[in-house]
Amino acid sequence: MIISVASGKGGTGKTLVATSLTLSLSDDYKVQLLDCDVEEPNDHVFLKPEMTGSKPVPILVPGVNEEKCTYCGRCAQVCAYNAIAVLDNHVLTFPQLCHGCAACSYLCPERAITEESRETGVIEWGHSNGVRFVHGKLAVGEAMAPPIIREVKERADSDEVVIIDVPPGTSCPVVEAIKGSDYCILVTEPTPFGLNDLALAVETVRELDIPCGVVLNRAGVGDNKIEDYCREKNIPILLTIPLDIEIARLYSCGITLVDGMPQWKSSFIQLFDKITEIVDERSCSSER
Amino acid sequence: MKEVVVLSGKGGTGKTSIVGSLAALADDKVLADCDVDAADLHLLLSPSEKVRNEFWSGQVAYIDEDKCTECGLCQELCRFNAIKDFRVDAVSCEGCGFCSHVCPVEAITMSERMAGYWFVSDTRYGPLVHARLGIAQENSGKLVAIVRQQAKQIAEERGLDYIISDGPPGIGCPVISSLSGAGLALLVTEPSLSGIHDLERVLGVCCHFGVPAMVCINKYDLNEENARQIEDQCLSQGVEIAGRIPFDNVVTKAIVQGVPIVEYSNGNVTREIERMWYLLR
Repeated sequence: MIISVASGKGGTGKTLVATSLTLSLSDDYKVQLLDCDVEEPNDHVFLKPEMTGSKPVPILVPGVNEEKCTYCGRCAQVCAYNAIAVLDNHVLTFPQLCHGCAACSYLCPERAITEESRETGVIEWGHSNGVRFVHGKLAVGEAMAPPIIREVKERADSDEVVIIDVPPGTSCPVVEAIKGSDYCILVTEPTPFGLNDLALAVETVRELDIPCGVVLNRAGVGDNKIEDYCREKNIPILLTIPLDIEIARLYSCGITLVDGMPQWKSSFIQLFDKITEIVDERSCSSER
Repeated sequence: MKEVVVLSGKGGTGKTSIVGSLAALADDKVLADCDVDAADLHLLLSPSEKVRNEFWSGQVAYIDEDKCTECGLCQELCRFNAIKDFRVDAVSCEGCGFCSHVCPVEAITMSERMAGYWFVSDTRYGPLVHARLGIAQENSGKLVAIVRQQAKQIAEERGLDYIISDGPPGIGCPVISSLSGAGLALLVTEPSLSGIHDLERVLGVCCHFGVPAMVCINKYDLNEENARQIEDQCLSQGVEIAGRIPFDNVVTKAIVQGVPIVEYSNGNVTREIERMWYLLR
């Protein structure tokens, strides 16, 4: 079972939900937490895992052997990202634009291009109180998060309960993080910003055909439009967390909600049970 | 002309509320919403749309079933696992075109994709350039670049003093696109351990691209010890603290009303943002 925790809008409480859900389940299940917010990973701040391994994440970029090159220009012609340019007697490469598709090296008639690896970040893994933990870190100054997210997800063990913390937004890193999930939790807050970005996130998960439900965080201070929207779109509100200055303080100190207020644990177990029920029902109806 | 981009690393620290307030405080400016993934600034500025443009970017592969001999070469070579059962998964396709070049029977063609819209609008605070990236699309960095370029053009044509832009969270592609070449980055953070961690990374990006940065600690009184730690770290790196905004539910109430906080309340939050603008400009 793979459950991703996403939001559209940043700062609505993805990390809070992902870490507390993980810890609430760890007594009864084998749980793995994958932090796929590789631009700004934070789950380790709360889980304080003991890291046991790491691996650099390279992407493959072209290296040109100019002794073999005839400057025919085929590589530049096939590159969709303008990452390689051929001058009269020199080839320029722009590794930061390269997506690593390998078209240039494969199609070079002289076999003058080989792929070289360039490090764009790192993944690290370890454990914390019986939870297996993996996260990725995009190197500062690098642009492309998806290859690192792919590498973090490579370590998912689908026999376990896998919780994925997703980056904010709706574009390629988000799609990379949530694709393949059995269910997506969307965390939002009761403001016009929360609603606007929730609607975008719902469109994204529906595009990928993943069922979703909402966790409404900081309830009480905003408006009621999230409830109206969810009713209209037939999206369940799985859990409501009130605006509580004490919860914000715990968060600011890097303490998970269920560690600071253990009474919340049963709510997260119920949240998981609801999701299991929805996912099971869906797989039954698709088999029929 | 000075371009101020508001970033944060961590999402939800208050970038949009602050940009909305700067919109109300600054004279002679153009506003830009560079968070093209999840744009919210329009919810505070009530824009009336004047220009709408399609954003065509990147390509997607298409396999003609009638020509395809199911040899499997494209599937084998695609680095993005975007071809399964001789069909292209448009969400996974990165538009490299490798498959179209190698297909022995020329069954694969590439077509441009419509990946969103960008708009120029009027607001009562001045012109706003904003955009909407299509759902699950790529190339958000390119769309951000268009938004900035349009904002710059408007500022030049109308002789405006400032471009004030609302940036995306994170440190990757759209952030780099929002930041590079800007005059000043205002980094909005909060006094949580996550906020501290994320600020350090986004400061690293500013440093990498040589853009001077100032820091605003939002909700500083939620954890004053962490706030002091942020101040000490900034001090040691020679980064100035532009503002310390107290926690107040009035900020959320202003968002619900759809107006910038400085027009909604005369309290401490407003006073602190006014003071900050005085330092920034």
